[in-house]
Amino acid sequence: MSNIPSDLKFSKSHEWVRVSPEGIAEIGISDHAQGALGDLVFVEVPESGRRVSVGDACAVVESVKAASDVYAPVSGEVLEGNPALTETPELINQDPYGAGWLMRVRMSNSAELDSLLDGKAYEDLLTSDSH
Amino acid sequence: MGLRTPLFQTHVDLGARMVDFGGWDMPVNYGSQIEEHHAVRRDAGMFDVSHMCVIDLKGAKVRTFLERLLANDVAKLRIPGKALYSCMLLESGGIIDDLIVYYLSEQWFRLVVNAGTRDKDLAWIRKHAASDGVEVNERRDLAMIAVQGPNARAKAGALLPAPDRARALALDTFFGAELTRLFAGRTGYTGEDGFELMIPAVEAADWWSRLRGAGVACCGLGARDTLRLEAGMNLYGSDMDESTTPLESGLTWTVAFERKERAFFGRAALEAQQAAGVARKLVGLVLEERGVLRSHQNVVVAGIGEGITTSGTYAPTLERSIALARVPRATGTRVQVDIRGKLLPARVVRPPFVRNGKSLLTP
Repeated sequence: MSNIPSDLKFSKSHEWVRVSPEGIAEIGISDHAQGALGDLVFVEVPESGRRVSVGDACAVVESVKAASDVYAPVSGEVLEGNPALTETPELINQDPYGAGWLMRVRMSNSAELDSLLDGKAYEDLLTSDSH
Repeated sequence: MGLRTPLFQTHVDLGARMVDFGGWDMPVNYGSQIEEHHAVRRDAGMFDVSHMCVIDLKGAKVRTFLERLLANDVAKLRIPGKALYSCMLLESGGIIDDLIVYYLSEQWFRLVVNAGTRDKDLAWIRKHAASDGVEVNERRDLAMIAVQGPNARAKAGALLPAPDRARALALDTFFGAELTRLFAGRTGYTGEDGFELMIPAVEAADWWSRLRGAGVACCGLGARDTLRLEAGMNLYGSDMDESTTPLESGLTWTVAFERKERAFFGRAALEAQQAAGVARKLVGLVLEERGVLRSHQNVVVAGIGEGITTSGTYAPTLERSIALARVPRATGTRVQVDIRGKLLPARVVRPPFVRNGKSLLTP
């Protein structure tokens, strides 16, 4: 079973969100997602200042096998994309919830967090999806 | 549930990510396919290739039969153990499969054919073997492990009993030998040195375990694909199929026209195609920018026309993306490839892209 930290919220499309007290959302893709994609070789993150709405395709992760869009789990203004991913995209495989973070967003509507899944609900989703 | 090799449970127990591959449940990686790729180029890695099909052909007229069946000429096989890479063609010149044929004796040749084509290959072979009285024996009792890399032969050889070890390590490239308990061929699909070991199926798990103990890395189909593409080796079903001839698949070198009296299936069609001028060719592509080439991407050749990528990947040894593509004959050194709606520039090169573990690309 993949790793699912209990302090994070998840989208159905396998993005995670870690919220700081100041309302900054750190966003990445889950351990399940990185395992399914395989070795990542290129990552495109959004530029600072870009405004995203929940559900927008805002980043691309490309593995040896396939390219995949990352969808914004919350709306807001992008503060920064993770600069380390240009040289070292495999950080996402090695540490998907830590050093492999994709972007930080100043949320415009924290109520959107209520629509996301907690760790247990995400785990249930993965169990029901698995074959 | 798909078809399973004798090593299925071994792969699962090792934590492999399993996928469906042409109806077979196979390991795509055991963790990082890039690490597995590097293990083969730098040291030793192994692949379960038991899904491939070993066919023994026996009888007085096997050689005569193969002279008809195969586009390459088994007359090249005079020393026992010598192997040959060949296509097997339809009368239309289209490729039924690519395979390796070993000459073991005048009465015994061994073929190794692809997993996905095994049923149609066997039907075709059986149909045409009948008139020469050749016995066709599909060896379902054998498993196959490919051990590849600069240290592969030494590591695998060390596990063999003394007389077998000497014979195995004495094999020249593209030779095989039936040893006491297994068959070893100095062949492979990675561009590195190594063995393909054909072993009794009941011993497969034990062999895998001992090879691991000898320091051979477990490698899955993901690494197998990046390795073979860097080595410029075609994949049947992607780079060629029954609608393509060897002449438009980069395989003209595997067709032996020299003996004019040798009538092999597809000969007339290939000669007609040569006389008319072969319209398309298979080339290598190197992507100049960030991105990944994949199969079925459109290739734009300015002033000439269009082509299509047939295989593509990120190449770990080269640290950039490469592909094989079928393009118009007049295509020069630069093309553009449509990757998800954007046209990106690519350089045309002659495969292989890697040799002896090193890039062949001039920067």
